[in-house]
Amino acid sequence: MIAVLKHELRSYFHSLTAYVFGAFLLLFIGLGSMLYNIQAAVSNFEFVLNFSSLIFVVIVPILTMRVIAEERKQKTDQLLYALPISTVQVIVGKYLALLILFLIPLAIISIYPLIFSQFGDVYLLTAYGSLLAFFIMGAALIALGMFISSLTDNQGLAAGIGIAVILFNYYSVSLSEYVSSTAMGTVVALLVLILILAAIIRFLTKNDSLAYGIGLVLVVATLAMYLVNSTVFEGLLPEIMKALSLFDRFATFVNGVFDMTAIVYYCSVIAFFLFLSVQSLEKRRYN
Amino acid sequence: MITVEHLTKCYGDFVAVDDLSFEIGEGHVYGFLGPNGAGKSTTMNIMTGCLSATAGHVRIDGHDIFDEPNQAKALIGYLPEQPPLYMNETPTEYLRFVGEAKGLRGEELTRQIESVMEQTKIQDMRNRCINALSKGYKQRVGIAQALLGNPKVIILDEPTVGLDPIQIIEIRDLIRQLGQSHTVILSSHILSEVQTMCEKILIIAKGKLIAFDAPENLERRLLAPSEITLTTEADEQTAQEILAGVDGITETKFSAGPDSLLTIHLRTDAHDIYHLSKALFFAFAQKNTALLEMALKKANLEDIFLELTESSEESKSSAEAKGAKS
Repeated sequence: MIAVLKHELRSYFHSLTAYVFGAFLLLFIGLGSMLYNIQAAVSNFEFVLNFSSLIFVVIVPILTMRVIAEERKQKTDQLLYALPISTVQVIVGKYLALLILFLIPLAIISIYPLIFSQFGDVYLLTAYGSLLAFFIMGAALIALGMFISSLTDNQGLAAGIGIAVILFNYYSVSLSEYVSSTAMGTVVALLVLILILAAIIRFLTKNDSLAYGIGLVLVVATLAMYLVNSTVFEGLLPEIMKALSLFDRFATFVNGVFDMTAIVYYCSVIAFFLFLSVQSLEKRRYN
Repeated sequence: MITVEHLTKCYGDFVAVDDLSFEIGEGHVYGFLGPNGAGKSTTMNIMTGCLSATAGHVRIDGHDIFDEPNQAKALIGYLPEQPPLYMNETPTEYLRFVGEAKGLRGEELTRQIESVMEQTKIQDMRNRCINALSKGYKQRVGIAQALLGNPKVIILDEPTVGLDPIQIIEIRDLIRQLGQSHTVILSSHILSEVQTMCEKILIIAKGKLIAFDAPENLERRLLAPSEITLTTEADEQTAQEILAGVDGITETKFSAGPDSLLTIHLRTDAHDIYHLSKALFFAFAQKNTALLEMALKKANLEDIFLELTESSEESKSSAEAKGAKS
């Protein structure tokens, strides 16, 4: 695991990835600090983080697009399979390398509130609380990006899907206001989601009966629920979209509340996508 | 050292490896021979834990590759068909990563990297980007990677494909050297290569093992008929009379040779072809007829290979035909 971690870090610093990622993050937060803390003379550093969180849409896919996709393309994944290390060690090693890369610019950024506090009253507690949440949210997005990279051997495609997914996640709360909140609308949306899920399962496992089985069970369960008690579905779709938004939960921290449930939520998202990445890598052994 | 039991691998309906069983002892160079698409790479990928099997077991020194992957993989050095190299690294950086992943640390790591670089003669390229190396050197870096950690078994998948003749000779020498201290398994679809390098040959066709023996034994147990070509001054009738007294000839063909001599092509399935040539010599000598030329053509490994791989197809199709009839 340490070997993978060291190797990944070295290769990031060999290529431009690490520098591009760091530069983008620093630039954006620098701009934010200029606008909020210096020009507008607001003493809340957390607003800067809130403003900058949009940059994740671009920099996370840049960082994660090659992490597994490139191994596949160069056929170096064969080496990883043949080495006496487990897939879990490979994934965790790669993930930790990404986190370290993410922590380096954050370490620089963490000095900003201290600098500002020299010139006025800064709420350091909320500033650092938000910074911690900013880090954990970024970590969750990186785990998501890594999973997307493990699905394809094409870096560009991995980056494209990554941007689309994170952008959708960013705007899902605003979008949730426009989607239908009636029970019928929710059921239709759920059915579409179930079909997509079944299609993904079929693509990943190449197992028709499993995909159809899961799809059918979910469809029947949804319809049965609708017939028994349709009020459950009322307003459910916007609720789901809000619940899935990683960015929405970050807003709580910005408002000065250190929300432990959000931290747990982010950690479970990380664990979930790392697990999926391991499965995705393992799956290559089976087809 | 390596035990493969009833190994089967299916891709959907296609059976790539079909109930393969064999055992490989310690030391020596083993050759995996088969036409393209015979299942060589698939078998090697399963043996090294890169691929799962549909059924069957692979044990490396008693460790099952699926149940105890880390212990088993530590005993194997593997070079896949396409060397798994990180193109923007130097050989030193690359070998350092592989060594660390194989659990080598500090002094031992540095020492082993030096030693494998020396063995594969890549010291001069140590600080060049792998991307800029020639195919032969890339292959060597791939072999160096497999040697790290001093594994007991080294598995090389078509190690000489795409190299120029000089590089091929160098890689072959290296493999022969390795065979003195390790068990080496290499795959190839080039016969002469396997013939010159390997002490034992496994022939695979359509995912089935059809022969496993030393090259000499394979030649000896050949079923392909041998040929003898004679040039004599006798006329056709006399020659026919003489040949009638010799056993073991299955087919005779006469043709006009140079200088109004007679050329006779004989085919035989006798196991001892020299015995037959002796009998022919004395038969002609007794009739006071000079034999001007006698050429023996023994079936070589190439013939055996063709016969075995083709006959396995035939037997399969005939079995299918039988099945259809019943």
